[in-house]
Parts: sequence; C-alpha cells; structure tokens
Amino acid sequence: MTRFSGWNVLWQGMTGQKGWSRQWRDPQPKSHYDVIIVGGGLHGLATAYYLASNHGIRNIAVLEKSWLGGGNAGRNTTIVRSNYARPGNREFYEHSLKLWENLSHDLNYNVMFSQRSHIALLHSPGAIDGAARNYNTMRLTGTPDAEIWDLDRLKQAVPHLNYAPDARFPIMGAAVQTRAGTARHDAVAWGYARAADQLGVDIVQNCGVTGIVREAGRITALETPRGRITAGKIGFSVAGNTSRLWTMAGLGRLPIESHKLQAFVSEPLKPLLDQVVVFGMGGSHFYISQSDKGGMVFGGDLDWYKSYAQRGNLPIVQDVAEAAMSVMPCLGRVKLLRHWAGVVDMSMDGSHFICRTPLDNLYLNTGWNYGGFKASPASGWWFADLIANDRPAPMIANFDLKRFERGLQIDERGAGPDPKLHG
Amino acid sequence: MIRIPCPFCGPRDHAEFSYGGDGSITYPALDAPLEAWHDAVFLRVNICGRQVETWQHVHGCRLWLKVERDTMSHEIYSVTPADPALAKVLEGGE
Ligand SMILES: Cc1cc2nc3c(=O)[nH]c(=O)nc-3n(C[C@H](O)[C@H](O)[C@H](O)COP(=O)(O)OP(=O)(O)OC[C@H]3O[C@@H](n4cnc5c(N)ncnc54)[C@H](O)[C@@H]3O)c2cc1C
Ligand SMILES: [Zn+2]
Repeated sequence: MTRFSGWNVLWQGMTGQKGWSRQWRDPQPKSHYDVIIVGGGLHGLATAYYLASNHGIRNIAVLEKSWLGGGNAGRNTTIVRSNYARPGNREFYEHSLKLWENLSHDLNYNVMFSQRSHIALLHSPGAIDGAARNYNTMRLTGTPDAEIWDLDRLKQAVPHLNYAPDARFPIMGAAVQTRAGTARHDAVAWGYARAADQLGVDIVQNCGVTGIVREAGRITALETPRGRITAGKIGFSVAGNTSRLWTMAGLGRLPIESHKLQAFVSEPLKPLLDQVVVFGMGGSHFYISQSDKGGMVFGGDLDWYKSYAQRGNLPIVQDVAEAAMSVMPCLGRVKLLRHWAGVVDMSMDGSHFICRTPLDNLYLNTGWNYGGFKASPASGWWFADLIANDRPAPMIANFDLKRFERGLQIDERGAGPDPKLHG
Repeated sequence: MIRIPCPFCGPRDHAEFSYGGDGSITYPALDAPLEAWHDAVFLRVNICGRQVETWQHVHGCRLWLKVERDTMSHEIYSVTPADPALAKVLEGGE
C-alpha cells in the first residue's frame, strides 16, 4: 500500500495517477480470530485500529454486514465538539477532540478535520446563565476554548443569521467552542480501515453476523453467510442494531431504543457559513454547516417514534425547514439536493455504554444516540483498552449497563429516561 | 407519513399524534421492589418488527391509544383505546 505524502501526490500527478494501490485488502474470513469486532462503522474500525496499534493484538477481524461505513458512519452531519458539561462526558469528549486534532497524521489519511467553531445560539438571559455555568465548568476542567459571545461579536462572525427583534426567537448571544468543527465522515472510515488493514486487521465486508453460538457464559462462535467463525473475544459495535444482536446472543433487555434521524444537504452554494451553528428552542432543533463542496448540511430532531427503517418522514422535513427559516431566512430559496435517515441507538440517559456484558468474552459499545461521530476516536481507543485489558479504565468506569441500578444517570440534556428526547 | 386509524376519528396522519413509547410495559405497584421499577423505567426489548406502543391523538379526540405497529415496515395492525374499559365497550362488550 502506498503511503500518502506531498512527494507521492506530486509524483502520481506527473505519472497519470496510475501507481496507487488499493487502500485495504478484501480478505476471506479465517475460521478463528483473537478478537472479532461486529460492525464496520467508525467505532468498530477505530476499535480494531487501536487494538492493533495500542495493544499489539494482530489477529483481528471486523465483520460488516454490508459495506464499510454504510451505516451512521456515512449518514451523519459530521459535527465534532467536546462542549459536554457532565462529569464523565466532559473528559471523554475532550480526549476524543485531542485525538481528532492529530488524526490525519496518525492515520496518514486526510480526514479533512476543520476546526471552524461550534456556535450554539442563546435566546434568553436564563439560557445565557446556564451556558455560562456549563462553559465555565469546562474551562476549569481542561476544555480551554469554551467562550460566551455577546451579540456584537456574534454578528461579526456570523452575519447571515436572523437578528431582527421580531424574529420568532430573537438571538441574545452564543456559547462557542472554537476548536470544534467538522470532518469528512467517509474519509474517517476509510482512514481507520486503511490504517487497521496495514496492521494486519481483516476487514470483511458483506459478512453480517446472523447467529450466535453460546455455551454457558461464553460465545463460542458467530454464524455468518461466509461460514462459522470463532473468536477469543467479541465486541459489538453495531449502532441501532444492538438489540437484535443482543437477542441473538440470548441476552435480555437493554436500556436503549432504536430511532431514526434524518439529515439534509442542499445544492452547493458559494461560501456562506464559516462555522457550525446550532439552534434549539422548545420543540425546535436545527444545526447547520457548509461542506467543503458548498452544500449546506443540516438536520434537526429524531422522527419522534421508534424505527429500524433507514428512511425518514415528511413532518420532520417541515419542522427542519421551519427552523431553518427562523434562523437563516436567506436559505428560503435554496434547493434541497438529498435527504436521508440513519438508525441510531438512543439510550435512557443520552449517554453511551462501553462495558463488559453478562457473557465472559463479549464486550459492548452502544448508546451513542445521535452524537457519536465526534466520539469515534475515543470510543475506539477505550473500547480497545477494555477488550485488551478486561477491566474498565477510570475514563469509562461509569459507562456500564448497571449505572441506573446505582442511581446514576449521565443526562446531558436533563430530559429523563425517555430515549426519544435525548439529542 | 404513517396513517393511524383512530377508532374515534378515523384514519389520520401520524403528525396529528404524539408518540408515547413502548406499550408492552406495565408499571409495577408503587411499593414494588426497586429492581422492578428499574426494569420498567430503563429496560426495553426494542423489537425490530411487530410491537405494541402508545400514541395520543393530540390533534383529534385526545385519547391515548394502543397501536400495534411494525417498527421496520411501519405497517399498522391494530389500534384500540389504551383504557381497557373503553376498548371493551367499543368491542361491543359491557
Ligand atoms: C442523520 C444523522 C446525523 C448525525 N450527526 C452527527 C453529528 O453531527 N455529530 C456526531 O457526533 N454524531 C452524529 N450522528 C451520530 C453518529 O453518526 C453515530 O453515533 C455513529 O456513527 C455511531 O457509530 P457506529 O460505528 O456505532 O455506527 P455505524 O456507523 O452505524 O456502524 C454500525 C455498523 O454495524 C453494521 N451491522 C449492523 N448489524 C450487523 C450485524 N448483524 N453483523 C455485522 N454488521 C452489522 C452496520 O451495517 C453498520 O455499518 C448522526 C447520526 C445520524 C443518523
Ligand atoms: Zn382520535
């Protein structure tokens, strides 16, 4: 496999781009691996990469039922930030952001990470006070770039918002994280896949797990259309499909529900918006950024009812369009290019699970709700650490399935135990 | 758009309704052990396929309904009032 470098790009440019090799192998699955990760999304691929690079485990497979990165990895709105305030989340997402900052170098793959700022609009004095409290906590605990902006500063940075006093929700200020931004989601999947493959990881596509063979407290084999495969340790990392695998493994219930979330992209425009802008008021929710190709990438809330179908509905299109018009009226005549949906695993408190399970050799990574893209590097890092060392590190100590029994909810939104309310 | 046949108002777009959640859960008695409450509040089977759930017809008759729906195909199999007594009356019973 060719290593990417300035020199290499130049050389290939002069020789007709004919010397590139394929980015990862397409191996036949072996009959046994030391570790199998089920699910070739970002979390699965990152886990395999860190298992190989941080822990020296080399006999690893990632089994993906369709094509690599075809789940939420390729469907999200690509926002990366670490402005979380709850203990546990705060350290975790900041660690992830630090990994993002060096990811292109680490993987030798340009993931187009762009630290263009994440701007959350504030519409009342109470909201400003609440944000100031959270952002001060972040500044005091290792997230240095959390700022509260007044209206003048915001108007200078983002001129196209609706600042009119008769706006549906007049803007009073903003909570801003300046190191936050976006990355190209496909590139992240490809970068992790390529780097893991280079370390010997078998990435097997079109190889979904269709059955699970169990003996007492262990999984002894996984059934796939490409044969029965055994493994020392198994990690589940399948986003919205966790409950189906969990049932296949003969395990009971989980604190998650599968919901779908839609996203949208417009026709390409000239540069219009330099940052990620987020708006949330009452039942209305809207986030938007501009891709490097010029398309406005945006989304809103879940469809509000449980679903495993990767297709959306029209009421949300209307909701999102209304929110867009109240925040950025200049989008009114912009044409929609595409619109799609992904199935996400919504947890009971809005936070994730990276933990051991009732089965000895099964490990679980789930509950990313609709904010798990930014988490991918740290999620892979700590899931690999858990699988390799068989104990939760302090960073993930509370991200286990028993936290509700202990009376702990890591509820960033304060929405209570209702999955559809955690954004 | 899903069409939900409300037993009182007839078939309506799902946008008229508010989604309640998993309808298979029966909350335990107030003095039930903590574990029973933990399970009811936090744990879900999360079925892919036919499941029972609750919806409220907020822009219609305002009643809570039990809806049997496929969570993959979104096909609706049955809709009855969530209140068992009301359901029974509608069925022509007492
Ligand atoms: C519309 C949308 C917008 C979003 N926006 C953002 C955002 O702006 N910022 C952010 O941080 N997060 C965002 N998210 C959330 C983020 O995309 C997810 O949390 C994250 O991608 C989850 O990663 P994953 O690897 O667990 O899932 P996935 O990428 O979905 O990977 C899981 C993989 O498992 C495979 N699989 C399933 N069942 C099996 C089986 N039986 N055998 C083998 N393989 C199987 C699937 O095919 C899939 O490829 C968004 C999500 C959506 C849907
Ligand atoms: Zn009705």
